[in-house]
Amino acid sequence: MKVLVPVKRVVDYNVKVRVKSDGTGVELANVKMSMNPFDEIAVEEALRLKEAGKATEVVVVSIGPVQASETIRTGLAMGADRGILVKAEGNVEPLAVAKILKAVADAEKPGLIILGKQAIDDDSNQTGQMLAALLGWSQATFASKLEVEGSDFKVTREVDGGLQTVQLKGPAIVTTDLRLNEPRYASLPNIMKAKKKPIDDKNASDYGVDLTPHLEVLKTAEPPGRKGGVKVKDVAELVSKLKTEAGVL
Amino acid sequence: MTTLLIAEHDNASIKDATNKTLTAAAALGADVHVLVAGENAKGAADAASKLAGVKKVLLADNAAYAHDLAEPLAALIVSLAPSYDAFVAPATSRFKNVMPRVAALLDVMQVSEIIKVVSPDTFERPIYAGNAIQTVKSKDAKKVITVRTSTFAAAGDGGSAPVESAAAAADPGLSSFVGEEVAKSDRPELTSAKIIVSGGRAMQSRENFAKYIEPLADKLGAGVGASRAAVDAGYAPNDWQVGQTGKVVAPELYVAIGISGAIQHLAGMKDSKVIVAINKDEDAPIFQVADYGLVADLYQAVPELTEALGKLGK
Repeated sequence: MKVLVPVKRVVDYNVKVRVKSDGTGVELANVKMSMNPFDEIAVEEALRLKEAGKATEVVVVSIGPVQASETIRTGLAMGADRGILVKAEGNVEPLAVAKILKAVADAEKPGLIILGKQAIDDDSNQTGQMLAALLGWSQATFASKLEVEGSDFKVTREVDGGLQTVQLKGPAIVTTDLRLNEPRYASLPNIMKAKKKPIDDKNASDYGVDLTPHLEVLKTAEPPGRKGGVKVKDVAELVSKLKTEAGVL
Repeated sequence: MTTLLIAEHDNASIKDATNKTLTAAAALGADVHVLVAGENAKGAADAASKLAGVKKVLLADNAAYAHDLAEPLAALIVSLAPSYDAFVAPATSRFKNVMPRVAALLDVMQVSEIIKVVSPDTFERPIYAGNAIQTVKSKDAKKVITVRTSTFAAAGDGGSAPVESAAAAADPGLSSFVGEEVAKSDRPELTSAKIIVSGGRAMQSRENFAKYIEPLADKLGAGVGASRAAVDAGYAPNDWQVGQTGKVVAPELYVAIGISGAIQHLAGMKDSKVIVAINKDEDAPIFQVADYGLVADLYQAVPELTEALGKLGK
C-alpha cells in the first residue's frame, strides 16, 4: 500500500506573528518557516506504517511556492521515499488544494492519505475532509490511533466528548491529532540522504485546477488586546477581589 | 433566501452550541430552519422548534445519523441543499468533521469558525491561533459556515416552529461506528460552563488533578480544563484540552493553575471575562492576560482557595 502525505509550509509555531500595519495580512518576510506540526505527525505515522511492513512507499506532496520543496525535503529527511512539489503562488484555498490533491491521488493511487487536521496559519481545518468528499472516500478526522486491517482501517478519533472509534473502507483519508504520535527528528545522515531523493516538479496548471479564491480577504487586523491585571499577594486577597471587584463568585 | 442551521444535540435535547449558532445564523438576515439529524431525536427536534425565530425544524431520524459519521450526514445535508442558501453549524468536533465535506460536494469554500457576521456574505474569523483577525467576503452562491460559539450569545426560547420529517439520504456506506469512550461527568461541559478551572503541566500527575483541580472545580460548580502539555503528559483526558486545537472557551471566570500560557493555550481562553492565574513563575506569560495573578506554589494555594470558598458557602 502506498501512503500519500500532503504537507504545508507555514510560519514556525514558535513565531509570534505580526499583523502588517496596512491590514493586508501578516508579516511573512524574514520569518522562520517550517512544516505544519500536524503534517509532521502525518509523515511520522506514514513512516511507522512502512516500518511495520503495512506500507510500501511514502510519498510527500506539497502545494505552494518553490520554497515548499524545503518542506518536502524535511519529510524526505524523516524517511519518506519521494516528493511531489506542485508550484502555486499566492493564497491557495483548502478547496483548491483538495482539488489538486485529488488529481495527484488519481495519478498515484494511494491506499491511504494522511493529512494534518489543520494548518496553524489559516486554522481552516478543511483540506482532508474536502479531499475525502472529492474522491468519494471514507474519512476519519482528528485521529489519535490508526490501525491497518487489510485494505481497511480502524481509527480512534478525538471528539468533544472523549474518543470515538470508526472503521473505514479503504482507500481512506485520515487527519492527525496531537496524540497520534511524536514525530522523529531527522538525523544528519538522513538529511544528507534526502538530498538525493527525487522530487517531481509540477505546476498547479498541470492539473487544470482553478486557483481563483472563493473567499476575498478584505482585511487582516490585530485582535482586540487584553491587558494584564494585578498581582494579588495571597489567596485571601484573591477571593476578596473576585467577590467584590469582579463579582464572579 | 433561507438558512439551514444544523443542530448540535444529544437526541433528547439540543446543546447550548445550537442556541449560540442560531444567533449567528439569524444575523445572516434570512429565515432559519433547523436540521436535527439523529436517532430517536424527537426530543431534540421539539426543543429546537421552541427556539425564538426558528421557522421550521427538519427531523432526519435514522440509524445512519446515530454516531456522527461524516459521510451519511454530509450526504443528507447535500440532499437538502437545493432549498437553502446558507448552511451554518457550530464548530464542534461533529461539524468540523462534516461541514468541509459538505462544502466540497457543493464546490464551495467553507468559512471556518466565524466570530462575527459583518454582513450576509462577510465574516470575521481568527487565524494564526487568534493572533490575527481576518475579514473575508464569500463569493460563493451558497455559504457553508462554522461558528465559534464562544463569541455569540445564546438565543432563547419563544418560538413554536413546525417539525417536519426529512427523508434520509442514501448512505454511502464508507465507514461504520465501532465504539466510543465518552466521559460521564456531572460537571458542566467546557464550552458552556460559566466557570472553568484548568490545570497545566505543573500538576505533575493525574492524581494531582483529582486531588487539587477537581475539588476546586466542584466547589465552584465549574468545568475542568487542561493545557495541551497536561493532556500530552497523560494528566488529563483529551476532551479537557483548551487551546488552538482543543476547545475554545469564554466563561465568566477562567482559573488557570500551573499553566505557563503558551500562545496556543491563550488562543483557547483569552476571551474569558475574568482570568485568574496561579503560577509560581512570576514571569509566566499567563500573567500578561490574567486579571488577577497569584504568584504562589499551587500545592499550597489551591487547597487554601478551595477552603476559603468553602467558608464563603460555596
